[in-house]
Amino acid sequence: MDFYLITLVKMALTAIVLLTCCAYAVWVERKVLAHIQLRPGPYFVGPHGLLQPLADLIKLLTKEGIVPSHVNPFFYLIAPFLAVTLGLTSIVVIPFTPPFEVLGHQVALGLTDLNIGVLFILAISGLGVYGIAIGGWASNNKYSLMGSLRSSAQMVSYELPLALAIAAPLLSINSLNFRQIVNAQEGFAFGIIPHWSIFAGPVPQILSFLIFITAAFAETNRVPFDLPEAESELVAGFHTEYSSMMFASFFMAEYANIITICCVATALFLGGWHPLWPSAYGSDLVPVVLLAGAGLMLLFHAVHAARRRTWDRFSFPVFGLLFLGLAPLFLIPVLKPVLIPFFWFVAKAGFLVFVFIWIRGTLPRFRYDQLMRFAWTFLFPLAVANLLVTGLVVALTGN
Amino acid sequence: MSDPGLTAQLEPVETAPGSTRKMVLNMGPQHPSTHGVLRILLELDGEIITKAQPDIGFLHTGIEKQAEALGWQQVVTLTDRMDYLANLSNNLAYVLPVERLLGLEIPAKAQWLRVLLCELSRINSHAVWLGTHALDLGAMTVFFYCFREREDILRLFEMFSGQRLMTSYIRIGGVALEPPRGWHAAISKFASGLSDKIDEYEDLLTKNPIFLQRTQGVGHLSLERLLDLGVTGPMIRAAGLAWDIRKSEPYSSYEKFDFDIPTCTESDVFSRFRVRVDEMRQSLRIVNQALEGMPEGPWKADAPKVVLPDREKMKTQMEALIYHFKIVTEGFRVPAGDAYVPVESPRGEIGFFVASDGTSKPLRVFMRTPSFGNLQSLTPLFEGRLIADSIASLGSMDFVLGDVDR
Repeated sequence: MDFYLITLVKMALTAIVLLTCCAYAVWVERKVLAHIQLRPGPYFVGPHGLLQPLADLIKLLTKEGIVPSHVNPFFYLIAPFLAVTLGLTSIVVIPFTPPFEVLGHQVALGLTDLNIGVLFILAISGLGVYGIAIGGWASNNKYSLMGSLRSSAQMVSYELPLALAIAAPLLSINSLNFRQIVNAQEGFAFGIIPHWSIFAGPVPQILSFLIFITAAFAETNRVPFDLPEAESELVAGFHTEYSSMMFASFFMAEYANIITICCVATALFLGGWHPLWPSAYGSDLVPVVLLAGAGLMLLFHAVHAARRRTWDRFSFPVFGLLFLGLAPLFLIPVLKPVLIPFFWFVAKAGFLVFVFIWIRGTLPRFRYDQLMRFAWTFLFPLAVANLLVTGLVVALTGN
Repeated sequence: MSDPGLTAQLEPVETAPGSTRKMVLNMGPQHPSTHGVLRILLELDGEIITKAQPDIGFLHTGIEKQAEALGWQQVVTLTDRMDYLANLSNNLAYVLPVERLLGLEIPAKAQWLRVLLCELSRINSHAVWLGTHALDLGAMTVFFYCFREREDILRLFEMFSGQRLMTSYIRIGGVALEPPRGWHAAISKFASGLSDKIDEYEDLLTKNPIFLQRTQGVGHLSLERLLDLGVTGPMIRAAGLAWDIRKSEPYSSYEKFDFDIPTCTESDVFSRFRVRVDEMRQSLRIVNQALEGMPEGPWKADAPKVVLPDREKMKTQMEALIYHFKIVTEGFRVPAGDAYVPVESPRGEIGFFVASDGTSKPLRVFMRTPSFGNLQSLTPLFEGRLIADSIASLGSMDFVLGDVDR
């Protein structure tokens, strides 16, 4: 009974948090891109556009979902459903914190503890292409068809380097369970260098991390690999014909995929919830300092507002006090074992999401054939070589 | 506009089973990268274009015909509306032949002001081109950087003429208004910062490997082919021909300015990018020279029958009042004859063939527009290339549809 109750609570929590994260990932993306591009971004719905995701959601929900007469309705309707379901599913195997005690129960943030978690992620992301392929085909539109064709070829091609990049650190960790993978990355070499996959021996996996991230860009159809929805060529690519919630489903799936893949990268390569440097040197204080600093800065700006907009008069002090209030939570001994690891996990995954957005603001788009050539003649051999070297070293050192 | 013959021409030929069938894609008239309302019929073999047929005329405004119904001075406002990114070059291209027919002597200050503003509009046009071209290739940020400079230039235009886009600032006999107070400082401020901002665009693009891959060797056409097609402007300069009307047939005292004609020899999308970015720097040089050496004196010609008199004179001199009444009610008469003066617009050679029968309205105004000429290269640039390359080539042509379908 307890198991079911805990699982239900965790399921609800994960779903709500993930969906909110997806919605706010859009907000963050728009804000970051806007500031890269010298504009303020969403500003009018709520303070600093904070309610913009909600407004978008309402807009998309209340719009009419048009099913054009020339489509195949069954596949047309099932495609966005597939995309969003698969996009939201893979998060279940990611562990966010080490186990802790609540009311005498041993729980951990993270929905399941699957012993083949890595394979599960690969399988689900492999299926993800179906949502796009079916959607593009069922739309019966030439732009959609070409978008989905490009996407299928792209995702199938980039899955190989992705899988090979994942395989390399697993050779030394020797487990497919994410919790064990993260646990294996605990500790510090020479007391200061974290024992993460990208730093730790026998072979530091920095190369496979880079390959993984590059392939992840292609898997999630992001710039510079956003060919399936290359706006200037294919209008909107595979989702040209979709409207309302069906369009939102594709959109949500994309952001869910980004978040998931960043979490996977964090767990596999960046040591999950383990801090950047030992807590003996005060790494536990990082969230406190960050939050308190952010709070103080907001309060400062509330007093010395550069431009006094109507919202800022309320939002700056409110958020400043909120952040200041959150800061001491990280000092409470009972909450510490949960919050500190969670903070590190979120910080690393969040940084990777930021990199995704940053790249989008910087790079142009590849051409289709260049993209395929890049995958097959550069990324794939590199991943194979990396895997071979790692395997050789692991075999020789006998780990 | 929809020509059934055009579509029929491109209907896929039914082939034997087992062989590949070609797809006909109707790109435009509403498509994100046709920059206006251009329709292109593409026949595709996978991602390779086997046939491309542009279909123009969706933005037809009848400006050519309309010009025959308006007074000589009023036509200036129409020329703004053809190519909304290079309106001042259009003004100038229309005004010069009319002034030649009238035999007007334009004072030095007016000529220098014309040069100054035309070069600003060249920078504006190239900035918009660069932004949209980069956006087509997926680089979003350059677009916003370029539009920042465009906004500054439009503010300067507004300062001079009261209008941001449809400035109509260059008039027959000089310029429309006296330069506003503080214009020198405003343009100096803009010009002093521009060089760094062009560097900023180049930081984002010139050495970016993805941008180089997308543009180098893409959209190549030989110089002979380009000349056969009637292409002018940066496109032929990128093919190696240093052809610039400002140097070869100087007008509006361009001969007094010191500038170079940037050329490349590769004739691909990247070389067109290079040429345009270098042209922005050269335009900046001209702007700086115009600011330094701006002559003193009147800003409109001493031709009371053509140019409106000063407000002050109208209240004190009877002749001025009579001329004002005549010009406003009837317009001025232009001696019979015809004239053509080519001008280097940001897109290439623009020229107005103006014919007069001695009345106060033009008999005929025919425009030789650069966009129309440049668009001729669409089919050879598209056929046999990838869709993605065609988008890069399309951007590198730099046409404005209003200029094509006037």
